[in-house]
Amino acid sequence: MKIHEYQAKEVLARYGIPVQQGQVASTVDEAVQIATSIGKPVVVKAQVHVGGRGKAGGVKLAQNPEEARQKASAILGMSIKGITVKKVLVAAAADIAHEYYLGVVLDRASKRVLLIGSAEGGVEIEETAKTNPEKIIRISIDPLIGLASFQINQMAFGMEIPTNLQRDFSKTLRGLYNAFIETDASLAEINPLVIDSEGKLAALDAKIVLDDNALFRHPDLEAMRDLNEEEPSEVLAREAGLSYVKLDGNIGCMVNGAGLAMGTMDSVKLYGGEPANFLDVGGGAKAERVTTALRIILSDPSVKTIFFNIFGGITRADDVARGIIAGVQEVKTDVPMVIRLNGTNQEEGRRILSEAGYTAYSDMDLAAKKAVELAASR
Amino acid sequence: MSILVDKNTRLLVQGFTGREGTFHAQQMIDYGTVVVGGTTPGKGGTRHLDRPVYNTVREAMAEAIPNTSIIYVPAPYAADAIIEAADAGIPLIICITEGIPVMDMIKTCDFVKSKGARLIGPNCPGLITPGQAKVGIMPAYIHSPGKVGLVSKSGTLTYEVVNALTNAGMGQSTAIGIGGDPIIGTSFVDVLEMFENDPETEMVVLIGEIGGDAELRAADYIAAKMKKPVAAYIAGRTAPADRRMGHAGAIISSGDDTAAAKMAALSKAGAKVAEAPSEIPGLLQATMVRS
Repeated sequence: MKIHEYQAKEVLARYGIPVQQGQVASTVDEAVQIATSIGKPVVVKAQVHVGGRGKAGGVKLAQNPEEARQKASAILGMSIKGITVKKVLVAAAADIAHEYYLGVVLDRASKRVLLIGSAEGGVEIEETAKTNPEKIIRISIDPLIGLASFQINQMAFGMEIPTNLQRDFSKTLRGLYNAFIETDASLAEINPLVIDSEGKLAALDAKIVLDDNALFRHPDLEAMRDLNEEEPSEVLAREAGLSYVKLDGNIGCMVNGAGLAMGTMDSVKLYGGEPANFLDVGGGAKAERVTTALRIILSDPSVKTIFFNIFGGITRADDVARGIIAGVQEVKTDVPMVIRLNGTNQEEGRRILSEAGYTAYSDMDLAAKKAVELAASR
Repeated sequence: MSILVDKNTRLLVQGFTGREGTFHAQQMIDYGTVVVGGTTPGKGGTRHLDRPVYNTVREAMAEAIPNTSIIYVPAPYAADAIIEAADAGIPLIICITEGIPVMDMIKTCDFVKSKGARLIGPNCPGLITPGQAKVGIMPAYIHSPGKVGLVSKSGTLTYEVVNALTNAGMGQSTAIGIGGDPIIGTSFVDVLEMFENDPETEMVVLIGEIGGDAELRAADYIAAKMKKPVAAYIAGRTAPADRRMGHAGAIISSGDDTAAAKMAALSKAGAKVAEAPSEIPGLLQATMVRS
């Protein structure tokens, strides 16, 4: 789960990281009030979960409250990569003497938490990673030891942090690492971490991504979810315990199992169609689940056909057949359905579907091709 | 003999008396797997499915002497269950549970390794050596004994491929699901090595998906060390970047994580890469004809 910059900064501030004085605003007037109370030049920053805010014009300097009014007016309501900006962070601007990158990330390959730092921070960090990889310091944390002091030294010297700032840097790195561990993050980064014109360390931007699997033990962090950034259908799906991602095509897919669901989308595309969504309806055949899943798929007006691809493991195919029929009756749509049903009692399941007027396939490829054909004909 | 599980498996079921544990334990018993008992804290001393229930894995070790454990415990407690099994000396631990916090798995995997044990999963369907032992939730009826070793990150997608293989008369030596989480106990490379060294496996099928670099490492291993033919299918070619597609590990965060990149690497390494799951049997048969 992503959280906004202003939320990440709130979290990191609790861990002793030097974030700028600032507050989030949802209206132009609020932005002006904040700028006035800060009393110095500010930066007005769009709060959206996508990257590239600066390049899209969503990050602007304002020398005084009047300018802050102009900038906030321009940024609030603008669209960045399809998301409408509803909040801006108004924070004290800093004169930057140097930009560093500092991050904590999970490395799946080594099964370790990794510290990443560089003396060349800022928006060009990805370039640096490609062209000058030796300028990126990577330190792996042993889960038995945690973050060791000698590793903080390693990072500080590797990043060429000035001697007089090493104590502050140590506090910042330890705070970032502790925040990562204690919030169950998969990423916590400060980019850029700067030395300002007064010679102090400042975290000018912060990003935290949280492990969805751990949210159950962080209700306060789960409460930071921004539903504005999510498709309403995806919000509904999550609340129903379904896994759903909206795509751009017109063939709705309902499948049991994430791998098979991805495979189904791929096969639809292979045979010339465009999947409208990824949806893992999970195990179990209850009509309720099917109904909810159908409603979610059909909330997308571009859907012209629905392709059910069910390979029941423990789930009995005849139960699935009854669930589909009941679900479709509930939802009442004239969108044609292609149903592929395999699993225990598959003959019985397909028979039940035929008697109700559906064509039930046993072959995934044939069913996918039929779905593509039907969608193309509407 | 195949790999990891066979007629010598003595299985303990952790979370024995819960709904999932009960259902799947009965299925495994019906298949012929030797289930020696199970654990449910608080129900020790009772009997369930005609077998002893223990409060702890250590108690079970002392009496029932399992050599394998399967875990049907909810996500908040599952890592603890894995650690308990390793601590008690179980050498092979299979964790079915989905949704375990990723940070919990870092320490858990290290601990299991330090005990010299092997963890399969989490978030996996388990493994089956057809005709000998089923240790997981897969539908038994689609499997048949044979010479194809299969390793996969997925559940139902695996069944799709197993079904196609069985229908083509190509039985399986062992079919193993390693799980869809980002941090898992056993990797593709670990299993490929086991298959390469297993006299009963002649061909291998790898089923991967987007996210992480496990398939790239598998490709390196295939190129460097494998002589047996490999067919592969990678799901998620149509998945958008940066979105989690169900499995916690199925998320593209860099160019290398994509299905296309993995398919290219596997192909370059000499594996036959399928465009659809149904193509797998044909690709393997083609390798037989050539040799």
